Amino acid sequence: MSIRGVHISVKDLTHRYNSKCPLTFEKVNIEAEPGEALIIIGRSGCGKSTLLHIIAGLLATTSGTLLLNNEVVKKPSSRWVMMFQAPHLFPWLNVEQNVGIGLKFAGWPKKEAQARVAEAIGLVHMEEFAKQNAQNLSGGQQQRVALARSLVMEPELLLLDEPFSALDAFTRTALQKDVRSIAKELGINIVMVTHDIDEAVLMADRALVMAGSPGKIMHDIRIDLEDPRDREDPAVQSMRANLMQMFHDASHVPSDDDPSDEVAADGDMSTLHSV
Amino acid sequence: MSTNSTNVVTAGVNIDAPEKANPCSRIIKTKGRSLANWVGGLLILGALWWLGGYMLYINPDTTNFADFGPIPTFKAFPHLWSDGTIPNALSASSYRLFSALGIAIVCGIPIGILIGRSKVFREVSNSPFQLLRMVSPLSWEPIAVIVFLSWNQAIIFLLAIASVWPVAFATAAGLAKVDPAWFKVAKNLGANPWHILIHIILPAITFDILTGVRSALGVAWIVLVPAEFLGVTSGLGYSIADARETLSYDHLTAMVLVIGIFGYILDSSCALAIKKFSWHHKEEP
Repeated sequence: MSIRGVHISVKDLTHRYNSKCPLTFEKVNIEAEPGEALIIIGRSGCGKSTLLHIIAGLLATTSGTLLLNNEVVKKPSSRWVMMFQAPHLFPWLNVEQNVGIGLKFAGWPKKEAQARVAEAIGLVHMEEFAKQNAQNLSGGQQQRVALARSLVMEPELLLLDEPFSALDAFTRTALQKDVRSIAKELGINIVMVTHDIDEAVLMADRALVMAGSPGKIMHDIRIDLEDPRDREDPAVQSMRANLMQMFHDASHVPSDDDPSDEVAADGDMSTLHSV
Repeated sequence: MSTNSTNVVTAGVNIDAPEKANPCSRIIKTKGRSLANWVGGLLILGALWWLGGYMLYINPDTTNFADFGPIPTFKAFPHLWSDGTIPNALSASSYRLFSALGIAIVCGIPIGILIGRSKVFREVSNSPFQLLRMVSPLSWEPIAVIVFLSWNQAIIFLLAIASVWPVAFATAAGLAKVDPAWFKVAKNLGANPWHILIHIILPAITFDILTGVRSALGVAWIVLVPAEFLGVTSGLGYSIADARETLSYDHLTAMVLVIGIFGYILDSSCALAIKKFSWHHKEEP
């Protein structure tokens, strides 16, 4: 597989679901170089998942511009593929068929598609389950298949919407490492949304802290740590503490609409500390 | 002997701890019991039938109707088969049934998908469809005879209008249960509306469509016989009407039995197809 990353340019992006709803987020600006891994962290309701859906072309912007390699994103594309919180595999298909379905949509010849599917399944170490029905896999295995289904499209950008949140700790750690190493190996960009500060430190080149209502990017922190990253590494722990402090500060910025936001943010922090 | 041993030796006889049941023998046992119950049910029905025939036979007032019993009926089968009554009736009725079922599937699935996918269509069509669904299929017969050129076409229309609703409503119900995230994933992977229909919607609701077809088949099979009582000179319904008019009660009962057996085979085939094509909790071979 030969995959390249993409230059991401988000300028003054603002979104509201409809005219009766308040703004979800406003004036979000992000610039990312090809191959960079961005993690957006923020508490529930700050608009981070909505931002991800807009980048994927699954939602329209209200105002502002979103460019991927200087191309305006208007609709979904196999060049920027999203992985969701749940794998959402098609249960009537086996692993190979699930991984290859995007190529089928794109009209790929069967033989070439088969070769690419095998390669993608190999990347996520699921070769021995290739013929198994998707329903017979564990949650972690299903999420690996979903990752292969995304990678087989040779995307320039992989969008991840809390894809490991439903997994057990061991599977989550293994997948965090695998996704980062695969993305680095292939040179693709990652934009991931998470609540988990550890996940951000372990996977990101840059962490964007989003907070407030409407949501805003409060901090943009570069995470210059060596790979492979270990949770017990003092440098990782120190970065985690920094990020936690920034997140805490950002979460205490009073919202435009809700004066009680500060109390809600405190409640949320307890959850974050326990991650 | 160690205290934690699972074996106990008593007077030279080795009494093992309870053996784990062999899965193969358990399956054979379960299947054997199911088969025995199946045969047993049929034997009970046969016995009741025989008893009814015997009661008719011993009562001087009803002796003339003794041919309804199982023995005269089974005796009539070779004759009805060799003179072509059963094959011809089955052939004519099957043609009508499968033509109507084909029409019901071709019309019912798109209607069901429209009901499931379009809120406007669902709301607009709900009252007229519910009204039409509640009209007895046979009440369309006078209109069908006027509209269509032949009785054959009229009967196919009656069967189609009876069986289109189960297919349409089962399809719509199936679509309502489809995980909306599958559409989002498919769009995300570059699917167009045609891809979504062929690769997502239809496989996702195969179970529901086949369940609808099974219900439709049952309804059509029930409507078929009375629909063939009038006008036509072929089919299972006609054969029964003919046997009644010629007072051939053994032939009449034989044809009733043929209807039951053929209907049972059709329904079982549908049940097998549902089992084969359903993806719900599919186990590896």
